[in-house]
Amino acid sequence: MKIIVPVQLVPDLVEELVVDGSGTALDRDSLRWKISEPDDHAIEQAILLKEKGGGEVIVLALGLEGVEDVLFTAAAKGADKLIKLTGDFEGGFNAHAMARAFLPIVKESQPDLVLTGVQTHNGMDGAVGALLAEYLEAPYVGYISGISLAGGKATLRKDYPGGLRAEMEVTLPAVLGISSAESAPRYVPISKVRLVMKTGKIEDRDAGGFDPGGAASVRRMFPPEVTERATMIGGSAEEVAAKLAEIIKEQGLI
Amino acid sequence: MPEKTDFFGIPWEWAHVLIYVVVVGCFLIMLYRLYLQVRLWWTVGRPERRWDQPFKRLWRVVRFIFAQSKVMGQLYPGIMHVAIFWSFLVFFAGTVAAVINTRIYQFLVGSPYLYFKMVLDLFVPVFLIGVLLAEYRRWVQKPKRLTFEDRFSWSLILIALIVVTGLTVESIRLAIQRPAWAAWSPVAYPVAQFWTFTGLSEATLYSIYYVFYTIHPLLVCLFFVLLPSTPLFHVLTTPFNVFFSKLDRPVGQLAPIPQDAQGVPLYARSLCDLTWSQLLNGDGCTECGRCQDACPAHAAGQPLNPKEIMLGLRNALHSDGAIVDKKEGKVPELIGKPGLTEEILWSCTSCGACVQECPVLNEHVDTIVDMRRYLVSEGRLDSKAQDALKSLGRYGNSFGQSERARVKWAQTLEPKIKDARKGPVEYLWFVGDYASYNPALTETTQRTAKVFQKAGIDFGILYEAERNAGNDVRRVGEEGLFEMLVEKNGMVLRKCDFKAIVTTDPHSYNTLKHEYPADVINGRPVLHYTELLDQMIVSGKLTFSKRLGYKVTYQDPCYLGRYNRVYDAPRRVIEATGCEIIEMPRNGKRALCCGAGGGRIWMEEKDIKERPSESRIREAVGLDGIQFFVVACPKDTTMYRDAVKTTGQEQKLAVKDLIELVNEAL
Amino acid sequence: MNQDIFVVIEHVRGQVADISYVALAQAQALVKETGGKIIALLLGSDASGISWDSFAIQARNLAADSAWTFDHVALGEFTSEAYGKTLAGVIKEKPPRAVLLGDTTVGAELAGLLSARLGLPLITSCMNIAGGTYTCKICGGKMMVSGDLPMETVLVAMIPGGFKVEQGKSDKAPEVTNLPVRDLGGLKVAFKQYIEPEAGDVDIATQKVLVGVGRGIERQDNMELAKELAEALGGAVCASRPVVDQGWLPTTRLVGKSGKTIKPKLYIALGISGAPEHTEAVTGSEMIIAVNKDPAAPIFEMAKYGAEVDMLDLMPALSEAIRKVKGG
Repeated sequence: MKIIVPVQLVPDLVEELVVDGSGTALDRDSLRWKISEPDDHAIEQAILLKEKGGGEVIVLALGLEGVEDVLFTAAAKGADKLIKLTGDFEGGFNAHAMARAFLPIVKESQPDLVLTGVQTHNGMDGAVGALLAEYLEAPYVGYISGISLAGGKATLRKDYPGGLRAEMEVTLPAVLGISSAESAPRYVPISKVRLVMKTGKIEDRDAGGFDPGGAASVRRMFPPEVTERATMIGGSAEEVAAKLAEIIKEQGLI
Repeated sequence: MPEKTDFFGIPWEWAHVLIYVVVVGCFLIMLYRLYLQVRLWWTVGRPERRWDQPFKRLWRVVRFIFAQSKVMGQLYPGIMHVAIFWSFLVFFAGTVAAVINTRIYQFLVGSPYLYFKMVLDLFVPVFLIGVLLAEYRRWVQKPKRLTFEDRFSWSLILIALIVVTGLTVESIRLAIQRPAWAAWSPVAYPVAQFWTFTGLSEATLYSIYYVFYTIHPLLVCLFFVLLPSTPLFHVLTTPFNVFFSKLDRPVGQLAPIPQDAQGVPLYARSLCDLTWSQLLNGDGCTECGRCQDACPAHAAGQPLNPKEIMLGLRNALHSDGAIVDKKEGKVPELIGKPGLTEEILWSCTSCGACVQECPVLNEHVDTIVDMRRYLVSEGRLDSKAQDALKSLGRYGNSFGQSERARVKWAQTLEPKIKDARKGPVEYLWFVGDYASYNPALTETTQRTAKVFQKAGIDFGILYEAERNAGNDVRRVGEEGLFEMLVEKNGMVLRKCDFKAIVTTDPHSYNTLKHEYPADVINGRPVLHYTELLDQMIVSGKLTFSKRLGYKVTYQDPCYLGRYNRVYDAPRRVIEATGCEIIEMPRNGKRALCCGAGGGRIWMEEKDIKERPSESRIREAVGLDGIQFFVVACPKDTTMYRDAVKTTGQEQKLAVKDLIELVNEAL
Repeated sequence: MNQDIFVVIEHVRGQVADISYVALAQAQALVKETGGKIIALLLGSDASGISWDSFAIQARNLAADSAWTFDHVALGEFTSEAYGKTLAGVIKEKPPRAVLLGDTTVGAELAGLLSARLGLPLITSCMNIAGGTYTCKICGGKMMVSGDLPMETVLVAMIPGGFKVEQGKSDKAPEVTNLPVRDLGGLKVAFKQYIEPEAGDVDIATQKVLVGVGRGIERQDNMELAKELAEALGGAVCASRPVVDQGWLPTTRLVGKSGKTIKPKLYIALGISGAPEHTEAVTGSEMIIAVNKDPAAPIFEMAKYGAEVDMLDLMPALSEAIRKVKGG
C-alpha cells in the first residue's frame, strides 16, 4: 500500500496577520508558516493505515520556511520518504498552482492512495485534492473522517452537511480529502524529531514553472471592516452574569 | 575478678563448635541470600557510577543509618525506631565483642566487663519499649501510611523473643552462678532474683536454662535465615541504599537521558532500563510511608503513592528479575504494574516532599521522571498536555500565544524597561511564562517592575527572546524539548552582558541555577527576587517607609524552599515590611505543594477529591487572624486565588504576592 | 457566452439546503446588474429521498427562472464523480456567466472537480459578488480578499453571511424541465449508506436556546458546568469542532460546516473564537452572546453582547444568576 500525502503550509493565525505593501497579499516577513491542520490529520491517517496494513508513506510539501520541521516531524511519526519542492514562491501560490506542482511527483510515485487535507484556511480557489484528482484522472472524495482498505477498494466515512455521515466506497487509486483522522495527530517528542533530523534526508525536487491559472486575480486584501461589534459587558464574572441574566430575561427568552 | 563466662553450663566442646557452626552458618546463609538479591540489582539494572567519594558516602551512612538523623524527623516513630535499632546495634556489637573476647583477646575483664554487662542489660528494656511502641502504633494508632500485614508484627515478635530469651538465659545463669557482680546486670539481676524466689531446684533451673539456651540461638538462626524474606531485610539493604545515594548532583538537577553506544536514547520501559541503584531503592524501602503522607497528590485523592511506586519496583524486580537473569524472554513493561500505572505517574507534581521525607534517601522523583520520559517517547500523555508541549515547542510558551505577545505586559510601562539583549545590565530579570502571559498576573508583573525601578535596581529583560526556562518540561519527561529550550535561551543569554540573573519564578530559578550549561551562567549568581531584596535590605540599599502591620502566612514554593533551601530570605523581607508571619503547621521543608508543578498545570484533572491548594487554604484559614496568604511564585498565585474562590474563603483571606507587600511598604 | 447564472441546488435527504437559497439570492443580485436568467440545477433520483413530486413542491419557491432536473439512479445520493460528470456536460454545452454552488462538504468538492475538468476559474469562500467584484473571507475570518470577477464562465462556491435565506425564495415558481443524463457508467465512487447518529439524542437544529462550548472549556470535567447552564436556560449544549474531536460531546452536537446549522433564539458562545467553519452555521441565531478571553476573537463581530471573562468562571455564575432571575 503506497500512500502519498501532499501537505500545505499556511500562515500561523497565532501571529498577527499583516497585509504587505502591495495590498494584495500577506506580508511574508511577519508571518510564520505551519502545517495546515487537515493536512496534519492526513499524515496521521496515512500513518494509521500503514500501521494497520503495512506499506509506504511519502510526504510532500512546498519548500517554504519551516518545511524541514514539518517533514521531519512526519518522518518521526513514521513517514518513509520526504520530498520538498524547491522554487521561487515569492509571487504567491494558489491551490491550482500547488496541484499542478504536485502532479508530476504524485504521478511518478504511482500511489494507491493520495491523502491530503480537505481545505486550508487561506484557500480561495478550491481544494488541492479535488484539483489534483482531476489532473490525475482519479476519483476524489472529500471530507473524510475514516478509511478502511480491502482488496483494491477503500470504504470511507464522509461528512455530509447537517452532521450527517455516510459510508462510501471508492476504487483505488483514489485521492481523498481528509477532514480528520481516526484519532488525533499523535505527539512526537522533540528528541525523536531531532534524531530523525540527523539520520533522515529530504529529497529536493524542482517545483517547475508555477502555473496559478484557474483562480481569480486579487485586487485587494484587507482586514474585515468591523461594522458591528458586540456591546461588551465589563466586570467580574459575577457582575457579567448578573447583567446577562437581566438581558436574557428582557428578551423574554426564559 | 569479674570476667565473662563463656558457655556457662555447657562444658562440652562439641556443643560450642556446633553452636558456632550453626549460627555462623545461618549468618552466611543470610549473606548468601543478600548476595542473590544484590546480584539481581547488578544483573538486571543498568550500570551507573556510584562508587566515587567513598568517604563522603560513608559519612552519609554514619549520619543516616547509625545516627538515624532523618528517622528522628518525626518524634514518636523516631524514638520508637531508635530504641529498637540502637539496642540491636548494641546487642550485635556485644555478641561480636564476646566472640573476640573468647577467641582472640580476653578484654572483658574487670571494669570493662562490668560496664559491658550494664550497658547490654540497660538496652534490653530500651529495646522492649521500642517494640511495645511499635506494636502499639501498628495495632492501636494505625496510621494509614503503614502496610498492615502480619509479616511486620511477626518480625517484631521474633526479635522481641530473641531478646527476651537471651535475657532469660542470662537471668537463670545469674540465679545459678551467683557471681558477686551480678548486680551489674541491672535488668537480669532482678529476674534472677525472681528465679531464686521461685525456689526451683538447681537441677530444674538448669533444665530450663538448657531449653532457653537452645531456643535463643535457634531463634537467632531463624532470624538470619528468614531475614531477607521479612521486612527486616531493610536492615541490610538500607546501608547500601544510603551509601549509593546520589552525590553528584543537587536535588534540583535531573540527570539527562542516558544513551547507548550509538547515541540512541534509553527509555525506562522495563526493569533493565533502570539503573541498579534505582532497583536498589525498591529493596531499600522500609514501607514506613512517610513519603505517602507527605505527597500532595496522594492527599488530594489521586492514585499516586510514592511508597507504592518504590514497592512496585521491588515487586517487579522480585517477580520479573529472573526473566532477565536467565534470559527467558522479553521483560514485561514496567508501566501498568500495580503502583506504576500511567495515571499514577502523571499525577506527580515533582514537589520533592517524598524525597525530603524518606529516611533511607530513596529518589522517587528521578524514577518517576525516567518513566515519564518513556511515556512521552511513546506519545502516551493526555491531549491537554500534548497541546501544551506542542505550544512550548513552537512558541516557547504553554499558552498557545505568539512570542510577541510575551511582552504585552511591559508595553504600557514608563520608563521602558531596558532590553538586556541590547545593552549591559546588572540584573537580567528572567520573567517566566506565567508572569508574562497570564492576564490575571499582569498587574503583579508590572508592579514587580515598578518595585525594581523604585529600589534603584539596574535590570533588563529579554523581551520576546525569552522562552520557557524548561524546568517543568523536563519534569514532564520531554527531555528533547527541554534541551531545545535551553539551547534557545542559552543562545540569547550568552550574548547578553549581565552580572546576575534574578527571577520571580522559582521553577525557572531552579533550572537556571542547576540545569543550564556552565558557559551560559558562567558562575554568575542566580537569585530569586526575594533573595535580591533581602540582600538589599541587609546592605541598607532598600528601606521601607511604612510598617504594614498585617498578619500573614507565607507559602514556601517547592522549588525555592524544599529544592533550594531558601526559607529565610523571603521571611526576612516580609518581616522587614512590618508584617507578622504566623506559620502554617506544614511550613519550610514540609510545605505543601500547590499542585501545579511537574506539568500538572498543563494536564487534565481527574479523580481529585480535594485539591492540594484547597487543603492549604483551609490550613491557612485555621490560623488565627491571618489577613493575607503570601506567595512568591506566579503558579502559586494562580492556584491559590482559584482555591480561595472554590473554598468560599474570599471574605476571610486574600492571596498576595510578596512583591505587593514590598510595593506597599516602600 | 450569455449572462445566465446556474445555481446547483444542494439537497440532503430530500431537503433543499439553506445555502442554495443564499446562492439563489446572489444569483438574483447578479442578474439584476447584468441581465440573464437564473437556472436552478437539481440532480437526483426517484429512488432516493427526493421524489420529484416533493421537489416540485419545493421548487415552487426557488427564486429562479427555470429549473432543470436530471434523474438517474447514480445521482440518487451525492458523489462528486457522478454529479461532476453530469454537470460538466451541461456547463460545456451551454456555458453560463457563472455557476454558483454552496461552499459545503458537497459543493466544494464538486467545484474543484469542475474547475480542473473544464479549465474554468474557481472562487471559493465567497461572501458576495457585486459590480463585477467578488469578495472572499479567509484566514479564519481574519482577512478579506476582493478582486475582479473573471471574464470567462466562473465557478463560485458561496459561504453564508452575504445574503439572507429569504432573499433566495420567491412566489413565482420556476419552469421545470427534465433533461436527459449522459452515460454514467464505470463509476468508481459508490454511495453505500448513511451512518445513523445515536438515537435519542437532542436535535440541536430545533433547539431554541443553545450553549456552545469551544476550546476554552479546557477539559471534559467542565462540561458539567455547561450542561448546568443549558439546563438553567431550558436549552441544550452544542460545540465547535475541537470539543467534538476530543470526544467530549457526540458528533450530533457539532455546529459548523461539517455539523449542524442552528437557528436558536439565543446562542451563548463560550470559548469559541468564531472561525468561519463554525460561525457560518450560527448566522441564523436571533441573538448571540459571546464570551472569550481574547478581545480580538472574530466571534465578537457576530455577537450582540460580549464579555472578556473566563468562561469557566462565567458558567456557574450565570447559571446561578439565571436561576435567581427565574425564581424571583
